[in-house]
Amino acid sequence: MRTEARVLLSLGVFFAIMDAVYWIWSKEDAGGVMIIAGTLLCFLPGLYYFWWSRRMRPRPEDDPHAEPAQGAGVVGTFPGTSIWPFTLGMASFVMVLALVFGVWLLVPGLGLTFWAVVGATGESRRGGQH
Amino acid sequence: MTDVLERPAHAEGHGHEEHGPTGILKWLTTTDHKVIGLSYTVTAVVMMVIGGAFAEIIRAQLSSPNGTLVSLAQYNELFTMHGSVMIYLFAGPFAFGALANIIVPIQIGAPDMAFPRLNALSYWLYLTGSITMLSGFFVAGGAANFGWVAYVPLSSSVATPGSGADLWIGGLLLTGFSAIFTGVNLCATIFYLRAPGMTMFRMPIFTWNLLVTAILILLAFPVLTAGLIMLYADRHFGTHIFSVAGGGVPVLWQNIFWFWGHPEVYILALPFFGMVTEIIAVFSKKPVFGYKGMIFATLTIGALSLGVWAHHMFTTGTVLLPFFSIMSLLIAVPTGIKMFNWVGTMWRGQIWFSTAMLMAIGFLVTFLVGGLTGIYLASPPLDFFTHDTYFVVAHFHSVVMALVLGAMGGLYYWGPKITGYMLNERIGKAQFWFLFVGTQVFTLPMYLLGLRGMPRRMAVYPKHPSWQYLNDWATVGAVLIGISTILFVVNVVYSWKRYPAGDNPWDGHTLEWFTTSPPPHHNFYRLPPIRSERPTWDYNHPEHKALEHGHREPAAEGSAK
Ligand code: HEM
Ligand SMILES: [Cu+2]
Repeated sequence: MRTEARVLLSLGVFFAIMDAVYWIWSKEDAGGVMIIAGTLLCFLPGLYYFWWSRRMRPRPEDDPHAEPAQGAGVVGTFPGTSIWPFTLGMASFVMVLALVFGVWLLVPGLGLTFWAVVGATGESRRGGQH
Repeated sequence: MTDVLERPAHAEGHGHEEHGPTGILKWLTTTDHKVIGLSYTVTAVVMMVIGGAFAEIIRAQLSSPNGTLVSLAQYNELFTMHGSVMIYLFAGPFAFGALANIIVPIQIGAPDMAFPRLNALSYWLYLTGSITMLSGFFVAGGAANFGWVAYVPLSSSVATPGSGADLWIGGLLLTGFSAIFTGVNLCATIFYLRAPGMTMFRMPIFTWNLLVTAILILLAFPVLTAGLIMLYADRHFGTHIFSVAGGGVPVLWQNIFWFWGHPEVYILALPFFGMVTEIIAVFSKKPVFGYKGMIFATLTIGALSLGVWAHHMFTTGTVLLPFFSIMSLLIAVPTGIKMFNWVGTMWRGQIWFSTAMLMAIGFLVTFLVGGLTGIYLASPPLDFFTHDTYFVVAHFHSVVMALVLGAMGGLYYWGPKITGYMLNERIGKAQFWFLFVGTQVFTLPMYLLGLRGMPRRMAVYPKHPSWQYLNDWATVGAVLIGISTILFVVNVVYSWKRYPAGDNPWDGHTLEWFTTSPPPHHNFYRLPPIRSERPTWDYNHPEHKALEHGHREPAAEGSAK
């Protein structure tokens, strides 16, 4: 976990320095704001991983001498197949077409989205029980 | 139908039978990263063929000064959709959705992507986004025609009222979300699903490059999505974010677009850099030269790529020239490190000139041309002279054609793993030579055309003897590239289930060559101990001690001398 944190935090530090130089030198706001957003996007998960890396025992994948058996077992449970990603994809498709062909398409679009979200959530619940 | 993601214990682990629906329903409901990745691959290659067909029409039109093949208005649609299809629908999705989706989880010993259903959603958004964008050709007024960068005011509702433009925006919204979800998925997979012993600094370079790509996706794509929503609002909701009339700032669109657009260049390139690194190491029978330097270079490129966007806007007169020029030139340093490391990997290697290796070497040469001419364009005085001429078109086609070479290398290298069957090497090599020679014959004349002042995006041009023969050569090159694409399709058809590959046809280094071809459901029946960044090689060649990188004895290079 430590390397992951370091990668993100060093990118964040680099962007922070770069933004300071850019903003002070150019006095142009759009770029300054966009780089700040990038900086925060690196610090947010970076600090989270850093915080965790100090609290958890190293995982087998962080241990250079780990044996395959140490990672054996269940990684997670998921529905093996699911129709909901496809449904949600079609729902998004219909909603984007509403941008072009008329707002009324939002009605089936949002309906499909709701159906897909409910379906996927229920499926996760059931999947988790096994 | 619950599926338990399980990792095998050791050499004697048990397999996992695939279950569930078959046929079309299987395709619609799958959450298996290999099936999704294959759908991505096929869709992206189809997009490449469509975009290539547009390119051939463009070159046919330009083969004479007053071409009449297409009208002026149709030409605008053609170059816009050629650029858009190639960048948004082929190069990007192929880079991070196709081979990456299949190979990254296997390379780190994971049973699937971290969020299998999100992965499926990414594909459906990509497919529907592509359909949305291309359907512009079927509406009144035709497809988008403002160039692939959609500069305002050209893309405003006054200049481009048609719904083709809105379909272009809508398609990009869908593919943009698809990319963001893939970015999240890749990061989570690489951070959380590595096999025991697969530390970050043992991950294959391809996986490392996709991690940096994924981070760049997360930094850049939300900006594009936000920009597109603003553009749509300006077009239809009467806002004036980008229009002078209402107090907006047109050049803000360019800032937003390129803040995504330049990182996008590396989102496209880094995955292919990774593919080429793997191919060169395997076919030189050597470990990657300067493994950590390679990773450091990738991270540096990723970091710098967020601070160079306005080198596309030097001529607007609104940007801080020295900052963007220096930052852009700095990118040449890590890229140069990579070049040296690639050559260093081949140096004194036992080189096997397979099709994949030829494609990788072709990538190096072509990318070098594109990279070097990029250095010229990063210097404002030279850019003022060449901006919006064919010099720029030639520069980025050297780069993107290098990516096509890399993509083909990746398909020849990993195709056997994914399908279980090899492609024919003879046809492959013929394809390589058509593609490689065609690329140079196509791009080099365009550099000269640019220096001689021919502007881009012109359907007709003045009769000028020093322009004409160069345009002819560029068209010849385009035809050669077209033939290479046909040869690829011929090869896939000819080799269909003809040459069984076996698990490890290339004596590979990384974990994907440890499992079967094609890999089973959840990828592995067993895993080797991971003690270096070449676990499969270590397992198959116990005579070479696996040493920590950086301390490898020459003897460990096998018969490299
Ligand atoms: C068969 C190979 C190809 C040929 C013959 C070709 C040809 C061309 C030509 C002649 C133009 C300039 C049109 C003009 O300015 O009037 C162009 C523009 C462009 N091409 Fe290609 N191209 C090929 C492959 C690619 C690939 C693989 C990509 C990206 C992955 C790509 C991306 C672009 C882009 C982004 C533009 C700019 C479009 C615009 O001006 O808005 N091309 N292409
Ligand atoms: Cu750029």
